[in-house]
Amino acid sequence: MASITLRNVDKVYAGGVQAVRNVSLDVADGELVVLVGPSGCGKSTLLRMIAGLESITGGEIRIGERRVNELEPAERDIAMVFQNYALYPHMTVFDNLAYGLRNRGVPRAEIDRRVDEAARLLEIEPFLARKPRALSGGQRQRVAMGRAIVREPQAFLFDEPLSNLDAKLRNQMRIEIRQLQRRLGTTSVYVTHDQLEAMTLADLLVVMNKGEVEQVGPPLDVYERPASVFVAGFIGAPAMNLIEAKAVNGRLTAGSGALDLPAPAGVDTVRVGVRPEHLHFGSADGAGLTLGLTVDAIEPVGAETYLHGHLDGSPRTTLIVRVAGKSLIPPGTRIDTHAAAGDVHLFDIATGKRLPD
Amino acid sequence: MEKRAIFSNRFLPLALIAPQILITLVFFYWPAIQAVWQSFLIEDAFGLSTEFVWFENYQLLFTKAHYFRTFTTTMLFSFLVAFLSLTISLLLAVQADKSIKGAGVYRTLLIWPYAVAPAVAGVLWIFMLNPSLGMIAKAMRSAGIDWNPLLNGGDAMTLVVIASVWKQISYNFLFFLAGLQAIPKSVIEAAAIDGAGSARRFWTIIFPLLSPTTFFLVVVNIVYAFFDTLGVIDSMTQGGPAKATETLVYRVFADGRLGSDLGGSAAQSVILMFIVVGLTAIQFKYIERKVEY
Repeated sequence: MASITLRNVDKVYAGGVQAVRNVSLDVADGELVVLVGPSGCGKSTLLRMIAGLESITGGEIRIGERRVNELEPAERDIAMVFQNYALYPHMTVFDNLAYGLRNRGVPRAEIDRRVDEAARLLEIEPFLARKPRALSGGQRQRVAMGRAIVREPQAFLFDEPLSNLDAKLRNQMRIEIRQLQRRLGTTSVYVTHDQLEAMTLADLLVVMNKGEVEQVGPPLDVYERPASVFVAGFIGAPAMNLIEAKAVNGRLTAGSGALDLPAPAGVDTVRVGVRPEHLHFGSADGAGLTLGLTVDAIEPVGAETYLHGHLDGSPRTTLIVRVAGKSLIPPGTRIDTHAAAGDVHLFDIATGKRLPD
Repeated sequence: MEKRAIFSNRFLPLALIAPQILITLVFFYWPAIQAVWQSFLIEDAFGLSTEFVWFENYQLLFTKAHYFRTFTTTMLFSFLVAFLSLTISLLLAVQADKSIKGAGVYRTLLIWPYAVAPAVAGVLWIFMLNPSLGMIAKAMRSAGIDWNPLLNGGDAMTLVVIASVWKQISYNFLFFLAGLQAIPKSVIEAAAIDGAGSARRFWTIIFPLLSPTTFFLVVVNIVYAFFDTLGVIDSMTQGGPAKATETLVYRVFADGRLGSDLGGSAAQSVILMFIVVGLTAIQFKYIERKVEY
């Protein structure tokens, strides 16, 4: 087991495209770090740089105490689980697991022992003699995990390992990966574009955008205090409501109504964020945010209902209110909502960064 | 996965395959049956009288010692052509799969020889390797290498093998390159992470995954060496010197067209046909099973 350290890591492709820009990150020993972001944000590139599948054009990557920039993937003592599993189709499950050990000259008895142990752990013992094509998606996923485990590497790298599975299996495998990682205590870096997966798996969440790190922190901290408009919009579903507001006489207004919030000092316009579950019916009594909106559509999802509407006097400012249980509000109804001051986020319009509270 | 088209009209599928069946019947089965019929006949040199003789043409063939020599020559020639063209084109394809800069030019150049007619390919190589006018032959002579395909059977064999291999490399190259590109990159990356060096990756991952392509090409190359090299041999050595480069198919041509022994030539074609059918059947029956994965 080892920590992973990234210092000012850059990736510039031959064509001049900068895929990763100045990323610094500390992954503690035994921690599971999730890199999350939209496609093209550089998260997979960064993972592949840690793995040694992409060259590092700037900065330094260390695994444990070793600088690995110049090392081949095989020498970095890591194991990777690929999105398409990348199992060797012509080998049996046993051979798939044993391949990495044989390449490293591990004695036969030791190979048998480790493969059996991994197979037992992952419950793939009945399939050891089968070829990958005779396995289901979930079973293949387990074999891919097994191939990583038997090597007993310093770190696991996961590249969107669940995105080829159906929703139900994805939830199940997500929990299994989490439990397995806890049990083995192996330092892991996990890449996904699914914010739910990221939230539930991570010890430490790294939100990436356009090759740069937007925010690093424990998942709930990121959720509760997003560092930028991008993070606010990306983490959480349905996404946070974002409203552009003006300062008038020291108070914020948006659309045709007052938001009932004091304007931060020295700004004319500001972006106000509030999560759909923090909007409650009725007017604010005391310090907080008031929003008047007209309901346009209702989305019942069972345990809760999403009310989609728009801000008074600003049809283009769409808002979502999350209501527990069923809601009988018909579309077209105008409602007053409010949120507690602590649940309101303010962002700089120009930079998108969070304003100091 | 089952890939079956369902037709509601029972005549449409028949109509769709009819052209292919017709072509096969007219250009393959009809000549084949004619050859079998012809092989039972002996005709005089002027085509004035024909006699039905059952297997006499075959008996005559097998009593001639040099028919067996032709047979072993063919085996050697086919093995060399198939083995060399497959090996060289695989090597080139592996390199082309890697290279990034100028890959397009490199690939185009490698594909060109396939567009050259066999007889023209033969002439091209003759120009380079003919002992009296070839540039390479001249260079070899001045380097002290004794090279004379007009007199030396081994040299002549080398010559026809080189030209035949050169001609076939493009075709094999295209299939190998397509095969290599069909192997998921992540599988190779996984092997790299699993500690396999590039040679080991090639032999344990890439080569086995390429085996369906290789198997297909082995069959195609053997058939090529057996039949399609006629033009190369005819333009370069005419089967000589002293029949050192006479393959079965060249002999069919020589005896039938040049020697006007239609019956004997037909009997040879029939034997050749059985050899190729047999080889292909064996290949499909035994080797294809192993390449499955």
